[in-house]
Amino acid sequence: MTKTYRFTCIVCPLGCSIEVEVEHGKVKDVKGCKCPRGKEWASQEATSPRRVVMSVVHVEGGALPTVSVKTAEPVPKELIPELMKFLAGLKLKAPVEIGEVVAEWNGIKIVATRGA
Amino acid sequence: MFPGIPMLNYDVVVIGGGPAGMAAAARAKELGLNVLLLDENDYLGGILPQCIHPGFGLHYFREELTGPEFAARLAKRLVELGVEYRTAARVMEIRNYSDLEKVVIFTSPSGAYQAWAKAVIYAAGARERHAFEIGIVGDRVAGVYTAGEAQTLMDIYGVLPGKEIVIVGSGDVGLIMARRFALEGAKVKAVIELMPYPGGLARNVMILRDFDIPLYLSHKVVEVRGKGRVERVKVVKVDENLNEIPGSEFWIEADALIISAGLVPSVKKLTAIGVEIDPSTGGPVVNDRLETSVPGVFAAGNALLINDLVDYVAEQGELAAEGAKEFIENGGIESRKWIRVEKGENVRLLAPHRLSGERDVYLYLRVARPMEDVELRIPEVGKRVKLSLATPAEMLRVKLKAEEIRDAEKLTVEVVRE
Ligand SMILES: Cc1cc2nc3c(=O)[nH]c(=O)nc-3n(C[C@H](O)[C@H](O)[C@H](O)COP(=O)(O)OP(=O)(O)OC[C@H]3O[C@@H](n4cnc5c(N)ncnc54)[C@H](O)[C@@H]3O)c2cc1C
Repeated sequence: MTKTYRFTCIVCPLGCSIEVEVEHGKVKDVKGCKCPRGKEWASQEATSPRRVVMSVVHVEGGALPTVSVKTAEPVPKELIPELMKFLAGLKLKAPVEIGEVVAEWNGIKIVATRGA
Repeated sequence: MFPGIPMLNYDVVVIGGGPAGMAAAARAKELGLNVLLLDENDYLGGILPQCIHPGFGLHYFREELTGPEFAARLAKRLVELGVEYRTAARVMEIRNYSDLEKVVIFTSPSGAYQAWAKAVIYAAGARERHAFEIGIVGDRVAGVYTAGEAQTLMDIYGVLPGKEIVIVGSGDVGLIMARRFALEGAKVKAVIELMPYPGGLARNVMILRDFDIPLYLSHKVVEVRGKGRVERVKVVKVDENLNEIPGSEFWIEADALIISAGLVPSVKKLTAIGVEIDPSTGGPVVNDRLETSVPGVFAAGNALLINDLVDYVAEQGELAAEGAKEFIENGGIESRKWIRVEKGENVRLLAPHRLSGERDVYLYLRVARPMEDVELRIPEVGKRVKLSLATPAEMLRVKLKAEEIRDAEKLTVEVVRE
């Protein structure tokens, strides 16, 4: 079965309109992009989209009640709601250093992006 | 002199501890100036600690950082350089007595102070447009926030501003907020955009698809209703002249309305000392060292013009510091023949406004309409720069070399079809 995905490319400000044809989960054809980076991005986006996820996590005893975090790598899109539930349940204690790995979820590191 | 108020003395006082002010203070210190940095927040970083998404610093640090990470890098530099700074220090007034005598009056938990300086760098950022400024009427209810207020609530204090949210404005800020709300489990019921095209970059517009958020182009929110708290908002369609189309109204149920309708440079303390304002940027008229029309008062960052890239903001801060250094060394202004820079075809706003022709300079500009395959031209000096795309959402930055412009009297900048 062939499926066609249409994207506006986000790799650079040009914003090419890209069409990706996917057959049985494999990329068959990519049309409309002006560079190889766009082609790679659109192929990934059509077959297994991933996002870096950011949020805030509660922290006790810091200057602010939260500390901001991000995933160390892009996460498959369909797993994001589950990851957010995990983060919502997380409670940290100050001190937290910026850059510190504060938790791990399914092998994905959660990194503090603010100190507390 | 203000008797009874403790006096402090500096070469430069920097107002605002966002990226513009932090970069300015660090550079001023590196240049050997005695500098004080003031910010009214309890923490340094300006709006960056609340912008927890990635997308910062690709030019300045050659690495993609989140807002708090970018702020932390600059703050670390300040500490390493030993820059004196005060948080919870609110500047009430600037006074300009003479070229090298300025006073910055501020309050802080330990009382009021008068800080005397030879130069002032103004980096107080921007303010957000409120609901009333965009013509929304109705009940005075809880649950109406600007994007920045909502972002501070959620990403600094950990409080979700609503469960069913309508966002006004599809610029990058509105779109990024839509993603944050959706990620945190709120339902974003709609993003309402007045113009017929989205205001933000394509990569941010994609967020709406990620979360199935409806975008209403050529629509506006005109009314908000509720008892105590927002219950519903009224939306109406507009025609190509942005006039409301009668009979097109509909209501959306929501418990929060987020206004993301643009930023305005915050310049009240500058106009109070007679600084000339450019109506198209909303910020001061400046020369190629970012000096305003009041000698020795410099401006940088969103207080100068609204920037979408923090990298340019930091760059402007450093440039203002270099200007301050030169100003102090020369004992104040020198009269010179300034080259005027003017807006031509398809240029909506532009800074700096006057160039000395003595040093290389970056021009920052925004176009009026989106256009593909265009050329930026300055006919007076035969300058041409090809651009594959120019949209109002993205600020353009062009370098001019001193030798290219030295002999010109005037430069007209236009962005036109090749
Ligand atoms: C939601 C959002 C998302 C963004 N996303 C990106 C992005 O992905 N990438 C990117 O590069 N850029 C992004 N930007 C843009 C960038 O963050 C801003 O352009 C930049 O932070 C502006 O810096 P500034 O120093 O001029 O102002 P600000 O950061 O606003 O700092 C001004 C400071 O001045 C202080 N101040 C004001 N008045 C006084 C007073 N009277 N006394 C004392 N202190 C005072 C304020 O407290 C504040 O701390 C985003 C902006 C927003 C709002």
